[in-house]
Amino acid sequence: MRHFLALLRREFSMAFRQGMDTFMVIAFFILAVVLFPFGIGPEANILSRIGPGVIWVAALLASMLSLERLFQTDYEDGSLELLFLQPMSVELLVLTKIIVHWLTTGLALALASPLLAVLMSMETDNMGLLVLTLLIGTPALSLIGAIGAALVLGSRRGGVLLSLLILPLYIPLLIFGVGAIDAAMNGLPIKSHLLILGSLTTATLALAPWAGASALRMAIKN
Amino acid sequence: MAGHNISIPPNYSKNIFSGQNISCFRGGRVVFSDLNFSLRTGEALTLIGPNGSGKSTLLRLMAGLLNLPSGAISWNNENIAEDPERHNARLHYIGHLDAVKPTMTAFENLTFWSGLRKGSSAGIEHALDILGITHLKNVHGRFLSAGQKRRVNLARILASDATLWLLDEPTTALDARSTEKLLSAITHHREQGGMVILSTHHDLGLSSNKQLDLSHFQNDHDLSWFADQDYLNQPRSVS
Repeated sequence: MRHFLALLRREFSMAFRQGMDTFMVIAFFILAVVLFPFGIGPEANILSRIGPGVIWVAALLASMLSLERLFQTDYEDGSLELLFLQPMSVELLVLTKIIVHWLTTGLALALASPLLAVLMSMETDNMGLLVLTLLIGTPALSLIGAIGAALVLGSRRGGVLLSLLILPLYIPLLIFGVGAIDAAMNGLPIKSHLLILGSLTTATLALAPWAGASALRMAIKN
Repeated sequence: MAGHNISIPPNYSKNIFSGQNISCFRGGRVVFSDLNFSLRTGEALTLIGPNGSGKSTLLRLMAGLLNLPSGAISWNNENIAEDPERHNARLHYIGHLDAVKPTMTAFENLTFWSGLRKGSSAGIEHALDILGITHLKNVHGRFLSAGQKRRVNLARILASDATLWLLDEPTTALDARSTEKLLSAITHHREQGGMVILSTHHDLGLSSNKQLDLSHFQNDHDLSWFADQDYLNQPRSVS
């Protein structure tokens, strides 16, 4: 627990002092969605029909922006190998990084999404649900993303490789996240969609710290 | 300082850090092979050899940062790979990179590392004082010079206790006075029952010091060439 708190404090202080990361993620998220009304035209019924999907896709892409640097800076300045030499488990390090990544990107994306829902002419009734699906789904984005970030560590052009690795894995989240909102728009029950989305997040939570730690070990120990 | 003998109080527990028949291959080449070493409480071991002779690799193997291809490294006859976290708790490692975060002050950097090891802020103050960088305490990492960063990194190992110090060219970027301070810190550490293994290109004048010369293995041959050379298969040891 002492280790966890020390790591958490360090990650937070670095995230806040390099505060541009969160700002850029949100700015990208908003700009990407704002492009759609320009490209498609201002017809409210079309926009509201595609709104949930557009917002979710933009959220997937935005959360990837800061993923590449998740372990990269620690790897380059020698901190990562020192973190390997502390009396604590590497899994804890990975989990802490994921938590802070979610708090500084996923959570911020979910909180910014109602604004974009207005831009996409979505019904106000579904805004709460949009935020809810993002709150349930975005932790999985950080969890899966951390595995990818650890795998591409040390490779050239890691950013492109990273998106090729993890975007396919984001598809189930996208389907059930958007599916829940579509169901609500058509007056159908949403519970099953939310439960599957939640189960995807908890399943990746059980897997990601260990998979990420093994990938980091491969990067360091070879 | 040379000639001054290290005296260890008898009440310290006696530890042995040793390696048997360590071989290392990197990129299809033999870096070194059948290497043996053993180190007891209070002793120091200096790794010497030209660039590329495997000094850093050997230190990383000792720290458990690399997987050992063959042979064994053990602490009191227990293989270090069996419980890596326990091995981590007893060692401090200084590598080529100083791991000083640009957005955090020297003191915040040190607080983080010592917080992972039950260090206290009094210990950090003391470490800063020993290395003469108390005035840099509240300076952010990005404003520190290479030598200052190195001293902050060295303060990290002074701020919390660990028996075994693994130092990879610790005097890089240090001026003469700082080198002197480091050497006296090393002597003090050994008198407290610690062990030090360091790699260097210069004679640092450490007293009662063992040397392990890796230059015997310095060559550009590949594995097949190596297999034909009987004399290289002789175990090399320090004792």
